[in-house]
This record gives sequence, C-alpha cells and structure tokens, in this order.
Amino acid sequence: MWSFAQLADTIHEGLQASLPPAWALAAEMTIVGLSAIGLFAMLGLVLVLMERKVSAFMQIRIGPNRVGPAGLLQSFADTLKLLVKEGITPDGVDKFLFNAAPLVAMIAAMLLLAPIAFARDFQIWDLNIGVLYVSAVSSLNVIAILMAGWSSNNKYSLLGAMRSGAQIVSYELSAGLSVLTIVVLAGSLQVSEIVASQADGWWIFKGHVPALMAFVIFLIAATAETNRAPFDMAEAESELTAGFHTEYSGMKFALFFLAEYINVFIVCAIGATLFLGGWMPLHIGHWEAFNHAMDWIPSSLWFFGKTFFLIFVIMWFRWTFPRLRIDQLLDLEWRYLLPIGMVNILLVTLVAILGWHF
Amino acid sequence: MVEEIGTTEQGDLVINVGPQHPATHGVLHLVITLNGETVKKVEPHLGYIHRSIEKMCESLSYRQFIYATSRMDYLSSHINNHGCALAVEKALQIEVPERAQVIRVLMDELTRIASHVLWWGAMAMDIGAFTPFFHAFREREMINDIMEETCGARLTMNYMVPGGVMFDLHPNFHRRVKEFIRQFHKKLPEYDELVTGNAIFKARTRGVGVLSKEDAISYGCSGPTARASGVDCDIRKLYPYEVYGKLQFEQPLATEGDTYARYLVRMHEMRQSLSIVEQLIDNIPEGEFQAKTKAVLKPPKGEFYSRVETARGEFGVYIVSEGGTTPYRIKYRSPGFSNLSALDHAVRGQKIGDLVAIMGSFDLVIPDIDR
Repeated sequence: MWSFAQLADTIHEGLQASLPPAWALAAEMTIVGLSAIGLFAMLGLVLVLMERKVSAFMQIRIGPNRVGPAGLLQSFADTLKLLVKEGITPDGVDKFLFNAAPLVAMIAAMLLLAPIAFARDFQIWDLNIGVLYVSAVSSLNVIAILMAGWSSNNKYSLLGAMRSGAQIVSYELSAGLSVLTIVVLAGSLQVSEIVASQADGWWIFKGHVPALMAFVIFLIAATAETNRAPFDMAEAESELTAGFHTEYSGMKFALFFLAEYINVFIVCAIGATLFLGGWMPLHIGHWEAFNHAMDWIPSSLWFFGKTFFLIFVIMWFRWTFPRLRIDQLLDLEWRYLLPIGMVNILLVTLVAILGWHF
Repeated sequence: MVEEIGTTEQGDLVINVGPQHPATHGVLHLVITLNGETVKKVEPHLGYIHRSIEKMCESLSYRQFIYATSRMDYLSSHINNHGCALAVEKALQIEVPERAQVIRVLMDELTRIASHVLWWGAMAMDIGAFTPFFHAFREREMINDIMEETCGARLTMNYMVPGGVMFDLHPNFHRRVKEFIRQFHKKLPEYDELVTGNAIFKARTRGVGVLSKEDAISYGCSGPTARASGVDCDIRKLYPYEVYGKLQFEQPLATEGDTYARYLVRMHEMRQSLSIVEQLIDNIPEGEFQAKTKAVLKPPKGEFYSRVETARGEFGVYIVSEGGTTPYRIKYRSPGFSNLSALDHAVRGQKIGDLVAIMGSFDLVIPDIDR
C-alpha cells in the first residue's frame, strides 16, 4: 500500500546512493524545509477557503464560487492580491518590532509543525518531549501579538495585544493540564509513543471520564489560545476595529492571518493526536476483522480526517456563538476551567495508578 | 473638533470610536475615556451627516417635504412619512378613508418588523455573533419585496401622501404578506434559539447598562429603550392614531432596564407587530385609498403637532404655517437623539465591550440623530 513513509524511505535511499553522506543530509534538510513551507502555505489556503465555505453554510449563503471550479481557487486569488499590495509601515511605529512581529508569528507557527505525526512513521522530528515542545513553542505566539500591538503606536492595537496577552497566558494553563492528562495515561511525552499507546482504542474512549473532561477543556482552551471566536478578544472587530493588527496591511497582515490558521490546524492536530489517536485507525478491543478493515484506510486520511473534524468544530463555535467579555473570559479560566483541570489531573492519576482504563 | 486625543493627566486613555468604526453603524463619533478596559466617559460628537433637513423642508411644498423625512431614520422611513402626513392632515382637516388608514398601519407594522429584524442581526453582530445577521436579512428581504411591489421602492418607500397613500395595494400583496406571516412564525423561535437563550449572550447583556425608570424619563428616552425601563410610552396606545385604537395588541414592558430587557422588549414587539398584521390583513376595507385633496395645499395660519411611534420611539412633527404653500418652520423630534443622550449615563463604569452591546441595544440610526 502506498504511504508517506515509503515515499520518504525511497527518497532517503535514492539520495544516499547518489550523493556523499553530508550532501545527502543537506539535500534531505532542504527537501524537508521546502515541504514544510509548502505544507504551511497549502494549509493556510485550504483553511481560509474552508472557513469561508463553512461560514457560508451556516449563514445560508453560497460562499466564494467565482474563481476556479466551485470557487476552489479563491484563496490563490486573494493571496496574489495581498502579495502585490504595498506593505505600509505607518509613521511613528517602532519599525524593527513592527516588521519583525509577523515573521515571529509565522516562525512560531512553523516550528510547531515539526513534532506532528502526519501519518504512520511520517514525522519531521520525533523528539522525546514532543508534547512539551508544542506547549512551549505555542506560547511564542503571544510575543508576536504583543510586539505587533506595542509597536503599532495605536491604542486599539495596544488594547488588543494586552487582552491577548492576558488571555493566552491564562489559557495556556488549562491547555497544559489537559495535555498532561493524556501524558499521564500514555506514560510518555513523545508523540509517536502517545499514538502507539492508542493502538487498541483512542484515549477519549479508553480514558473514562477524565479523558473526556480533558478533551472538552482542551477544545475550549485551544479555541481561546488561537484567539478565535467566542474568544477573539484580541481582534474583537466590533470593539477594537481589528485589534493588534489594525495597522497591518498587505503581506504583513497575511502572515498574521496565515499564522492564525496554522495555529488552528496545529491545536486541532494535537487534539486529534492526544485524544483521537492521531493517525491510528479506529480499533475496538479484539474485533480482529473490524480492526483489519479499518487498517485499510490510509493512516494519513485518518489523521487529516480527525484534524479537519476538530477544525470544523472550532469553526462551528465561531459562527454560532457571541463573543465573551474580557473579564468573563478570564473568570471562566481561573474560576472554572483551571480548578476542574486540577481535580481532573488527580482523578486521572488515580485511574492510571489503579489501572482502571481499558 | 479640536480635542486632546491622547492620555489625560490621570493616565486614562482617550480614544476615538468612529466616525469610521465597525460598531457605530454609521458616522457616529464617540470620544471615550478609558481606564484600562473600563469606560469612564463617553462624549458623542455629532455633525458628520448633518444635511439640515428641517431647513430644507421649509422650502418644499406640503406634498414634497414628507419625503425628506425618509432620509432621517431610513429604517422606519414609512413611519416618519406617516407622522408628517398626519400633521398636514391635521392642519387641513383632511378625512383619511378607512382603507387608506388600514394600509398605512399595515405598512407601518411591516416596517417596524423589518427594522427590528435588522436591529436583531446588528446587535448580535455587535456582541460578536455574525450568523444572526444573515438570518435576519432573509426575513427582511421578504418585507422589502412586499414593499417594492406596492410602493415601488425597498428602503425609502415614499408611499404616503396627505390624505392617504400614493397607490392602491398590489394584487400580490395579500398572498405575499400571508406567506411572510407563515415564515416569520416559523423563524421567530429559531431567533430565540440562536441568540436569546444563549448563555454567552445572557452573560454579556444581563445587568449591563442599566437605565432606571427615572433616568429614562429625564433623558427623554422613548420607544423600546424606555419601555425596557418600565416607562409606559407607546404612542400607539396613549394617543391612538389611524386604526390603532381598534386593534388588540400589547405594549411590552420590562422593569430591569438593562441591555437584556431592551433586547426582550424588542423581540416581544416583533410578535405584537406580527399579530397586528395578522388582524388587519384579512380585514382591509374596500373603498378609496386616497382622499380628494386640492392640488396645492395651503394650511391655515397656526401651529400643528403630530406624533407617531416609530421603531425607535416617539417621532414628533411640529409645523408652523403662515398660510403659504410652504411651511414657515418645521421641527422634528427624533427618537434617536434623545436615546443617544442617555448612552453616557448607561455606559459609565462598564467595560469597553459593554459599550458596544449597550449601543446595539439602543438601536441608534445615525442620520436620525444628526438631521
């Protein structure tokens, strides 16, 4: 059966055979880098189109339908427009920070692609603290937003950035705790091992109530961390016009926009990996025939299917819920989600020690 | 507008909301003083869309000036025209035929529903939910189509003339309105499901921007904004005009005076308007749709005042006539202006996000404030 892993192996062997080892390594690095950038851009385009189609579906509209068949090329047209626009740096801004902020946002998002397992044995970097790495790097995003808000010399931007800082730092805790729940159950921080531990069933089914609770908390925290409605305080267009990126235009704005969508993809991918088994097909205990049938669906399809399902859920939130107020948002985290998450981690430790999970 | 925009001596932020801002629904300019996220003061600055409609009306004939008011509160343009037509009829003592009265009231109530539906979508959008806006436009579109067929226009209908209405009803009118009633009965529960019962929406609106009964009266609020604070001020009930005296409908009142109460009062008003339309649609009397009037209207010397209940509150028309073909002086009392004056009082001490919610619940239409 065709798979990403075979493709990677073929390229690896081909390069090793034809080039000296050092050159082969350099060539492989380049290929990985280029595919990461390609994937990054493609994901951004696909997700923007998906968002527009999903919102149209919820709002009794058709959505983009002019460029290409059924509007599929709309995102390309938009990107082209943004590329040829003038990148304005307004007077009175801190030029270095202002121009660096979109890059930081994008680099932080790109770094996060590294430990994600896209398919069976197909991962850029399977480091042994993969989950910790994701938690750490995803907080870099807030620095980009603070940089953008502070350097813009605009009060709306500043308010947006401050809101976003408070929000991301708060929700990081809940996200971390819910991730820890699965780490306790799986007994590893390594992404590949967490996926492997779900070979006989996904954690959301195996982990009893704690895993389910952790999943719900994770979904809320993920929405908040990516600054999406109902937690889009940082942008809140009816209050702060466009929040931290009010002063940005052209490609600089597009980088923020792209980074936001990549972050959505990444949190959903992490959610799918931790709770829904990543690329692992749906396996139920000892139903050999059923499990075997499920194995016939390629692992990459499983991974992307689960991830896009979660993305759809997050988009669904955005297009149905009103926005919370900043104090209510922080209340929700510090007074409800965090205590529940802490109790939950105790519960899951009990479950793991006593071996109550399946 | 020579204003110090920056930080005050106490270290508070002073920022401009508008005249170009997504939340103000027009060219309203608010200078707000913020302490962190908390609003300390709101100062509305007007004049961006001032067209001196009152002065313009003084040079138009009594038939023509009515239509200038369509451009004030464009969402209830029909009701504005109604107020002007009533004033002219009062001055000339024109008897309006029964059929024309019923048509006028029907159109008024349809306009009110269309306006409230749009407000519902816009308010949900202010609070951050986009989808209701599109759902609201679906129903509003049906009303606009009805208006287009009968009046020839969708937004500024200009359907009123002194003594009746300009044309008779379109043959499709009855069927279309019936269709709309059916559809709207089905969709109203959907509106409640999507927004009214939403926990986030309740958290955002309950206890926010409270306006007490005394404040509402002293600021001169009217319409749903005042009724949510318990002020009994529906002109249709207190000073019935046309056929309103014979109709069965309630005046929704609330006592809380917060944003949620204002929301509920408007939602309830849509139901009442729908019931008025239901009562009238099968009982349109036969007869003339326009009274016979002279080609040139010359009211006697004197002062005339009439008032109607628009979707936003009390709309008053004051005409001073010197006996000529044009009014000597015209003064409009628009609901938006008085309601806006209560904004600062309601917003003080709330968060900046609440400012937007409260502004949404006041249902401000800027050309109505600034005429």
